[in-house]
Amino acid sequence: MPPGRELEGQRGEPTLKPPFPAVSGYMGKPSNVNNVETFANVPVIITKGAAWFSSIGTEKSKGTKVFALAGQINNVGLIEVPMGITLREIIYEIGGGIKNGRQFKAVQTGGPSGGCLTAKHLDTAIDYDSLVAAGSMMGSGGMVVMDETSCMPAIAKFYLEFTCEESCGKCSPCRIGNKRLCEILEKITDGRGTMEDLQELRNLAAVIKDTALCGLGQTSPNPVLSTLDNFWDEYVEHVVDKKCRAGVCKKLMSYVIDREKCIGCGKCAKGCPVEAISRTDYTAPGHKLASMVIDSTKCIKCGACINNCKFGAISIQ
Amino acid sequence: MINLTIDNKPIQVPEGTTILKAARMNGIDIPTLCHFELDGMNFENKPGGCRVCVVEVKGRRNLAPACATDVMEGMEVLTHSARVINARKTVVELILSDHPNDCLQCEKNGDCELQSLTKRLGIKEIPFKGETSTYRKDSTLSVYRDMDKCVMCRRCETMCNKFMTAGALSGVNRGFQAVVAPAFEQNLGDSSCVNCGQCVQVCPVGALTLVDDIAKVMNAIADPTKKVVVQTAPAVRVALGEEFGMKPGEIVTGKMAAALRRLGFDQVYDTDWSADLTIMEEGTELLGRLKKALAGEPVKLPMFTSCCPAWVTFYEKNFPDLLEYPSTAKSPQGMFGAVAKNYLAPKLGVKREDLVVVSIMPCLAKKSERAREELAVNGDSDVNYTLSTRELAHMIRQCNLDLNDMPEEDFDSPLGQSTGAAVIFGATGGVMEAALRTAYEVHTGKTLPKIDFMETRGFDGVKEATIDFDGFPLKIAVVYSLGNARKMMEQVRQGNPNGYHFIEVMACPGGCIGGAGQPYHHGNSDIIRKRMEAIYREDAGKPIRKSHENPEILAIYKEYYGEPCGHLSHEQLHTHYFDKSDKLEATK
Repeated sequence: MPPGRELEGQRGEPTLKPPFPAVSGYMGKPSNVNNVETFANVPVIITKGAAWFSSIGTEKSKGTKVFALAGQINNVGLIEVPMGITLREIIYEIGGGIKNGRQFKAVQTGGPSGGCLTAKHLDTAIDYDSLVAAGSMMGSGGMVVMDETSCMPAIAKFYLEFTCEESCGKCSPCRIGNKRLCEILEKITDGRGTMEDLQELRNLAAVIKDTALCGLGQTSPNPVLSTLDNFWDEYVEHVVDKKCRAGVCKKLMSYVIDREKCIGCGKCAKGCPVEAISRTDYTAPGHKLASMVIDSTKCIKCGACINNCKFGAISIQ
Repeated sequence: MINLTIDNKPIQVPEGTTILKAARMNGIDIPTLCHFELDGMNFENKPGGCRVCVVEVKGRRNLAPACATDVMEGMEVLTHSARVINARKTVVELILSDHPNDCLQCEKNGDCELQSLTKRLGIKEIPFKGETSTYRKDSTLSVYRDMDKCVMCRRCETMCNKFMTAGALSGVNRGFQAVVAPAFEQNLGDSSCVNCGQCVQVCPVGALTLVDDIAKVMNAIADPTKKVVVQTAPAVRVALGEEFGMKPGEIVTGKMAAALRRLGFDQVYDTDWSADLTIMEEGTELLGRLKKALAGEPVKLPMFTSCCPAWVTFYEKNFPDLLEYPSTAKSPQGMFGAVAKNYLAPKLGVKREDLVVVSIMPCLAKKSERAREELAVNGDSDVNYTLSTRELAHMIRQCNLDLNDMPEEDFDSPLGQSTGAAVIFGATGGVMEAALRTAYEVHTGKTLPKIDFMETRGFDGVKEATIDFDGFPLKIAVVYSLGNARKMMEQVRQGNPNGYHFIEVMACPGGCIGGAGQPYHHGNSDIIRKRMEAIYREDAGKPIRKSHENPEILAIYKEYYGEPCGHLSHEQLHTHYFDKSDKLEATK
């Protein structure tokens, strides 16, 4: 976004570059547009000197970087680390590891326009170039850690919904393309996706990246492309097996009562808000009452029955 | 000069040239959708938004929009690599996926740039299915808006804000719901819109179209109780032929008159005739104001022309403090209507309500002018229906006629004879030149040494000259585009520092020949140039070239009006203006 179009009373949308803001920005005057973090570095550099600042970090990315560490991690919050630190150090040392002892799955860096990195990137030294090389970016400095309870197509869709919301609508690839990406992802997470959709997803994401006018559109497909690259199997599972291994995509889940374990107490049926649970004719050996069954066409997958069952008879498949 | 290659062809172009222009200069036509330029008329729409013109530039990370990327030394550009074609097709497929695709019933069928782009790229199906964006339909008397078809090219917005400075249209809403519309959910008719219709002329698709009045005219013709007469504006005769495959600039005056008769109009008259009448009134008014000024009496100068209805609405909305500056003379359409209903109807032996007056105009604002309350008597408008050049072409085709096959016929009398001064009303500078021809001779009593005023001709948006009126230096200006007109009005507010006496204003590019009701020129300004050449050719070929020498005009003054600016002509041929600035309150 060029600086100050709104301040000039104009519609907030990107303009053609050049001229860049440093040459012609607010009211046509040279303008300095930087993030708060950049400006915050200036007094320290002036006080302690450029040599001191350059002594921290890597060859091409000097100094420190602030990240907003979030997600399924024990210690969340803002952290300031030297450039060149590895993801492993951030997640396991500063972040104190994954919550509840679960398995690390991915980390989204750079905000909605960034990408998802995986376990194979844990020992990558983080700087501007290495993140781009790994298919993500420094971006906003966001760092969202995910474990096995995160569904990657759903994560991609979540970020795309954000970009659709943020698109100004000026260029066609971002205005319509991101909407279509989002719709294809919805199809996939709803269990209506096909292998052709996966192909279309990749092509469309690549074209949007290649043709969009501004930085938002050029990076908005990153979550799609990086999850396609790193979690292809998970996409295929959604499309071919109609399964969501993380148990996130509700339309791909079914709640099932194990008739052998069910004692027929009926507590699940009482708590069901849509009366999807009824009694069968079958009484399991050793039990007095006939076991219950869930009508999947009525079930809204709210999870109330699981919480009500004290006998572990209900599971998600 | 910059050296580069496009599609491996070495070329040399001046610095500052875009890749698009460099390619077109060298015979490579990169397709575009949003880009639009009127060469030499100070209008360019280059938002870089559609991304159809993307090309591959060696060493660049992403594809570059050719319309908005300047050439650089050593650049290697590919306009049709597999990567480019795939991206271009995908972008157009995306646009089509958010388009109604009702081409068969669309007003723009056959004239749609998205349609031809789809054909050119060989798109056979749209792989993307999903939600389509929608916005409520809206219409003024001139412009119909179906924003479901909008492709966000922003041409209308640029035309409205930069060229016309009307400020009615701009991008509203965000993302997928983004659309071009008036601010604050206003209807276009309640906005600062002046109905110039240039948004329609530049719209690449069917989002902005004219209000079609053909059926109403056909019904009037079919009604045996009505006598239906038609008038045709100067600029129509040099553009109508384009709709029938003729070269731009072919003059079809006689064929058009013949076609109109075959369509069933009872009498076929000429707005050129009333253009001559306008000159008599407006020229006399100018001389009257000048005489007062010379006598030291208070008088409003400069006088502005008032024949362009978009311009009239523009000053009513934007300059309500200056309403006494424009001439009070009605436009030629308005004058014809008044003469037809007051003078002609009794002559033809019909009541004014039974005389249906139809205009053929190069203009969409004329549809709104026609409906002005002060141009009606007891609710019966002086002009009942206004059709554009394009609608006339539709009507001719609908009625199984081909303009090419028509014989040359004359207009009917007595509202049919005209001079060269009248036909040049169709081009920027023409009203001024016509007025000068008459005002000079009436004022000085001498014959003009040279009838052609070259100072007022040509495509400059602002032309200024001092004309020697037998010793009196008459300072004139000629402008087109309401942006230029605004500058002139602002000068008047500042006390007229340049001392202008007379200023001609036409809203559209090049004057009425570039009007919004004319055949679509699709940004080819050569077409408008050819129409202008034709206008001056028609003028040069006329036996009489000064309005005050038109025998039919002289006759009607003798028989009916008495004298220009006399009592009766004031009543019928002059009008007044209204403060319409309340239309702008919401956007202030």
